[in-house]
Amino acid sequence: MPTAASADPDPAATATPSTRTVSAAQGQSGQDAVRIEGLHKSFGTLEVLKGVSLTAKQGDVVAIIGGSGSGKSTMLRCINFLETPSAGKIVIDGEEIKMRADGSPANRRQIERIRTRLAMVFQSFNLWTHRTLLENVIEVPIHVLKVPRAEAIAQARTLLQRVGLANKEDSFPAFLSGGQQQRAAIARALAVDPSVMLFDEPTSALDPELVGEVLTVIRDLAAEGRTMLLVTHEMRFAREVADHVVYLYQGQIEEQGPPAEVFGNPKSDRLRQFLQSVS
Amino acid sequence: MELILETLGLTETAALLSLSPPGWGANLLRGLANSLQIALGAFGMGLVIGLFGAYGKLYGGPILRDLLAIYTTVIRAVPELVLILILYYVGTDLINKLAQFMGYGRVEISGVVAGIWVLGIVQGAYATEILRGAIQAVPPGQIEAARAYGMPALLTLRRVTVPALMAFATPGLANLWLIATKDTALLAVVGFNELTLETKQAASSTRSYFTFFLAAGGLYLMVTLCSGVVFARIEKWARRGQPSLRQGGL
Ligand SMILES: Nc1ncnc2c1ncn2[C@@H]1O[C@H](COP(=O)(O)OP(=O)(O)O)[C@@H](O)[C@H]1O
Ligand SMILES: [Mg+2]
Repeated sequence: MPTAASADPDPAATATPSTRTVSAAQGQSGQDAVRIEGLHKSFGTLEVLKGVSLTAKQGDVVAIIGGSGSGKSTMLRCINFLETPSAGKIVIDGEEIKMRADGSPANRRQIERIRTRLAMVFQSFNLWTHRTLLENVIEVPIHVLKVPRAEAIAQARTLLQRVGLANKEDSFPAFLSGGQQQRAAIARALAVDPSVMLFDEPTSALDPELVGEVLTVIRDLAAEGRTMLLVTHEMRFAREVADHVVYLYQGQIEEQGPPAEVFGNPKSDRLRQFLQSVS
Repeated sequence: MELILETLGLTETAALLSLSPPGWGANLLRGLANSLQIALGAFGMGLVIGLFGAYGKLYGGPILRDLLAIYTTVIRAVPELVLILILYYVGTDLINKLAQFMGYGRVEISGVVAGIWVLGIVQGAYATEILRGAIQAVPPGQIEAARAYGMPALLTLRRVTVPALMAFATPGLANLWLIATKDTALLAVVGFNELTLETKQAASSTRSYFTFFLAAGGLYLMVTLCSGVVFARIEKWARRGQPSLRQGGL
């Protein structure tokens, strides 16, 4: 059942960029950062998501695990509408994304505004190759959030330093290792001070020896109280940082719970098999 | 100076090409300026048409795509000279009919504007194809990242797609520019005073065909050489984020 767009005016739509910023660290703990209800997604006749519901509170780290093709990326991409859901409801920071009956966003401006509160880190980094690392990091703050240039640059330098790339700000992405590129992509994500970070297998495209440096950065962010949805195949890492683990199987949540439960005492046979196959 | 010219037997040539009358040098340079003005205008117009055309072909509805396919096919199939004659006479005719219909008399259409318009339409067809290929060569992830971070469509085009496609489009566009500079010569048939027509007039008035056409050839060559330098710079800048193939060794 598609959720009808509510008719009431959207108070946050008029908010200026500067009043927008409520960082995850400042946000009220316990409030829902992301709420997904009954999410369906089909590609043609292929039903990829079959009614997924999921809530992440402020400060939660939710790890999403599951086999290849189970719909993990699709779910993440429906949250910021890179994919148009077929049905369901998505609420970010208490603001419901208005959808038409076919699932397409009813209000493009609303989507664009909400996207600036979500920051996605892609499996293949997707840095802008014609821009230096610094330019990559300041791009969205300057051109979307209208942060003054000097301020954006100062902040970007802090972030690049934080991910260990202080001396690389003038390098172009193609000249860096995968691990460096992914850390830069994380700096780009942090530059919008997102309320939720969406990680789609951030280490899957990396050589094994580069995985650790990226995980270290993500671990730091988790410790700092960033809200994140993290699709990953790094089970040990998921167990360590996640507050909540969701196991997706063929477009449905097969099992979920605290990491100790899900990893230590899986109830579903499929999950048990999956965990055996990846370990 | 005069002695050198004298011994080389070039005194007469120098007089013919002199910038002040009775030399014809100033006429040639004026023709060159006109040619460059039209080439620049047409190239710019072609880029704008090309960007819209490329987007239309990639993302437009079926009707728009068909129309664009007809446009690029026809323009690229018919010889440029024929197109120029058709577009020039049909275009001026239409404008005059329109002017009469609205109660004005015959309007004088500036040769520069007509030339830009005609060549711009021709250039647009080629630019559409060059830019369509270049847009498709941009990794989709880069555009996706822009969308994911809340960039509106036009901002994405300006900040991400266009700069990224430059790396792929510059060689093709450089060719297109050179074609534009030389296609201006075709406008001589509709009586526009670009370099070739000026040259022809100078040559036939003085009967020194060889001198003037050689001079004109030299001017066209200079334009090409300068363009090469400029485009090499643009390409280097456009490819700044890409490791050069040579650097990696064999
Ligand atoms: N754009 C698309 N068009 C058609 N099918 C798609 C598309 N994107 C994903 N799929 C299909 O949806 C299913 C789930 O994909 P995905 O969400 O990427 O899985 P995961 O990330 O869990 O590996 C797969 O069967 C995949 O082939
Ligand atoms: Mg995936």
